[in-house]
Amino acid sequence: MLVNNKKMASVADSAANQNPVKGRSQWQDAMGRFKRNKASLISVYVLAALIFIAFFGPALSEWDHETIDWGLTGNAAEMGAPSIENGHFFGTDDLGRDIFSRVLQGTQISLMVGIIGTIVAVVVGVLYGAVAGYFGGRVDNIMMRFVDILMSIPYMFILIILFVMFGRSVYILFIGLGLFSWMDMARIVRGQTLTLKHKEFIEAAVAAGVSDFTIILRHIVPNLLGIVVVYTSLMIPNLILLESFISFLGLGIQEPLTSWGALISEGAKTIQYGTLWQLLFPLAFFVTGLFCFFFIGDGLRDAFDPKDR
Amino acid sequence: MTDIIKPIFEVDNLKITFDTPDGDVQAVKGVSFQINPGECVGIVGESGSGKSQTFMAAMGLLAKNGRAEGEIIFEGHNLLDLSVDQLNHVRGKNMSMIFQDPLTSLTPHMTILQQMREVTALHTDLDKASTDRLCREWIDRVRIPEGIRRLNQYPHELSGGMRQRVMIAMSMLCSPSLLIADEPTTALDVTVQAEILDLMDELKRENGTAIALITHDMGVMARMCDRLHVMRYGQYVEEGDAEQIFYNPQHEYTNMLLDSMPRIDNPDRKSHHKLKPVDLHETGDDFLKVDDVKVHFDIQISGGIWPKTIPLKAVDGVSFKLRPGETLGIVGESGCGKSTLARSVLQLIPPTDGTVAWLGKPINGLSREALKSKRKDLQIVFQDPLASLDPRMTIASSIMEPLQTFAPQMSKSEMKEVVMEMMDRVGLDRNMINRYPHELSGGQNQRVGIARAMIMKPKLVICDEAVSALDVSVQAQIIELLIDLQAEFKLSILFISHDLAVVREISHRIMVLYLGRVVEMAESKDIYDNPVHPYTKQLISAVPVPDPKIEKQRKSIKIPGELPSPMDPNAQFKFLQSKRNLAESGYRPELIEHSPGHFVAEHDAIETLLAAG
Repeated sequence: MLVNNKKMASVADSAANQNPVKGRSQWQDAMGRFKRNKASLISVYVLAALIFIAFFGPALSEWDHETIDWGLTGNAAEMGAPSIENGHFFGTDDLGRDIFSRVLQGTQISLMVGIIGTIVAVVVGVLYGAVAGYFGGRVDNIMMRFVDILMSIPYMFILIILFVMFGRSVYILFIGLGLFSWMDMARIVRGQTLTLKHKEFIEAAVAAGVSDFTIILRHIVPNLLGIVVVYTSLMIPNLILLESFISFLGLGIQEPLTSWGALISEGAKTIQYGTLWQLLFPLAFFVTGLFCFFFIGDGLRDAFDPKDR
Repeated sequence: MTDIIKPIFEVDNLKITFDTPDGDVQAVKGVSFQINPGECVGIVGESGSGKSQTFMAAMGLLAKNGRAEGEIIFEGHNLLDLSVDQLNHVRGKNMSMIFQDPLTSLTPHMTILQQMREVTALHTDLDKASTDRLCREWIDRVRIPEGIRRLNQYPHELSGGMRQRVMIAMSMLCSPSLLIADEPTTALDVTVQAEILDLMDELKRENGTAIALITHDMGVMARMCDRLHVMRYGQYVEEGDAEQIFYNPQHEYTNMLLDSMPRIDNPDRKSHHKLKPVDLHETGDDFLKVDDVKVHFDIQISGGIWPKTIPLKAVDGVSFKLRPGETLGIVGESGCGKSTLARSVLQLIPPTDGTVAWLGKPINGLSREALKSKRKDLQIVFQDPLASLDPRMTIASSIMEPLQTFAPQMSKSEMKEVVMEMMDRVGLDRNMINRYPHELSGGQNQRVGIARAMIMKPKLVICDEAVSALDVSVQAQIIELLIDLQAEFKLSILFISHDLAVVREISHRIMVLYLGRVVEMAESKDIYDNPVHPYTKQLISAVPVPDPKIEKQRKSIKIPGELPSPMDPNAQFKFLQSKRNLAESGYRPELIEHSPGHFVAEHDAIETLLAAG
């Protein structure tokens, strides 16, 4: 009877302690540190505003990005300046298209290129790198030599050939960027995996009979997330830059669609006629967007690696 | 008489506060002490007690978020008021420090001589020739073999013990009046530790250097210190002469520290849980039988156009049997292959040769799938409790992992219930279930590791240095837990450790490894009361005993020569010089039954070996 009483007491005790303390994960710690970094936090808000405007801003304007205001065609220098009255908040281009709508449309495309390209790079790169690093030996050798070969091909060349062969479209742009951007990620992830795989908790998982792929997905990938997040946040602006460069060269996005790079390119061509707004508005969006991404990337790096500051 | 001597180092009401995101943390809460010339003062305490921070503040090495208040007077200056420039005149010259890890405290890309020159260039105005002479003199004084040649080597070419000697030589170059040693021997093997401690003792006597020794090891304290301070939570709980503290401790914390310290000369502590005797009728033949296991790694040797590989024999022919419910202690110094042996038993590193038979059937060479079913009964607990847990998983999911593998039919809530029961069993609070490893102490994390190993109720658990990274009081609790679990589940344990005193407490039988081979194997009592092999004798004599009277009289046995490289074919013949010429033919010292159940490897008489040096 006594034993039973004891048991009852312990059951009651454990019932009383039913709400276990919520732990603080490394992730939550990192977010705490991130929030203390003013520049990054402000960047997050600015970027959110930028995205919001890019997708909901066009509703404010009576002009869309492809309609030509015939009254202004060819006369942008005198009549196409930014004004509230005629509805061209940022002015028009030489053809008479509304810059405000075009900048917002370009923002959508540029952000999409950056984000979709990065997602492809992250998914492929992380899995490829983690598999190569974890299995090591011959598998690693073959997989990484393949990456080396791909990296030694000048990607700009291939991109241009792709555009020439399949025509200029957003999809080719995505495919082309995705094709080349995952390799850096794969290398970084492989290096990290090599150091992770000799950690004792991986050995403990092997000793507990966990299978290889479960180990990669359950133990390796989550522990790589810190570095992947940091690298991703720096990759997005790099891809946007790359796309802008391609568009600036006159390749890339197809009219009437546009992107930051294409708009800057057009604006730069007409700068001598005094239509400065055609350059400055897209440039302002471009610089603000990139600054935000880089600041966020910086903040994330500090947040995930507090020792490195 | 003591009134006449002026202390050289005085700390008065020192407080150190760290500014952290969670508010101010006071690491040192007002301590005062003094050190007289030529005296060794010990500061003993467990991790986090603030014992190192006191001296970090004196050296101006506090972390950026740390603040020190109070006074630290050294040779008439208050060190806390000095500017960095003024402090640079004092630190390194009149006061120098040796750190715990000799690998990280030497710059890897500079030769020993360059690093030593740097110190003299800063603090003296000797010319190059006399600097080099001074360096050579000190390298000889710290007894580094072939010292002149070593001076032009890089740190990674030296062994851990030699590096620590270099550190001592460097810190002694300017003949400081105070040497601060922060856990100087914690990272070293016992035999090397004994030599380093002897060296420091000699410097103290010959040069009159005062030593401040910071350590957690009461045995080291007993050997070295004249006075000691016991520190806890940033305060001194007890201070006094060494003998007074050891023989008549006043504070309960001091008592607890002394009690939880395993003693090699006396295995029966007050709070000791008894080992359950083993059923000697079982031979272990059909439980775990390891037969002539070898693990060789191929090491690439540079030189020549084609890189050559030669085998590094990490484990070179080890055989033993384990009975159900028995603990076999495996001891040896770093590099003797004890961890490799454990991993090859579990097939984490496949053995190059030999068989491991589990429950009568060989398990080496099995496929991963076939091994998986055996893994349920074979578990391992690792050395570093934090590193062995996935930092991104809550401790409950870590403990649950073997269940997900071996009992996937159980529902999540059933698993959680089993995990909770196991947490109770190993002494973890149930409401810690959602905590992450970095939020727990080392001892708690090790309990998590044990819970994970025990959750499938295995028949064999390998503890690879499972208590080495823990404080002594926690260490004692974990050992008691293991002894209790063993009795409850009829568990067999392979207990690997470099600490002979700890192994004695938990093991029925003990096996001593030397460079991948067994040199002595016997009942635990036999091996300590009656060691036969010279290496075993040397190991046992090197373990410090927390008793100043015994410790200061005791002479440790020193067999001449450094630890040879395991790649040297003559390495095994260090204790069998008379048969050295047989090494070429592949002969190895054989294991001979000295008395029933007590096996000893062939060796020369210890007198001959000592005389040879």
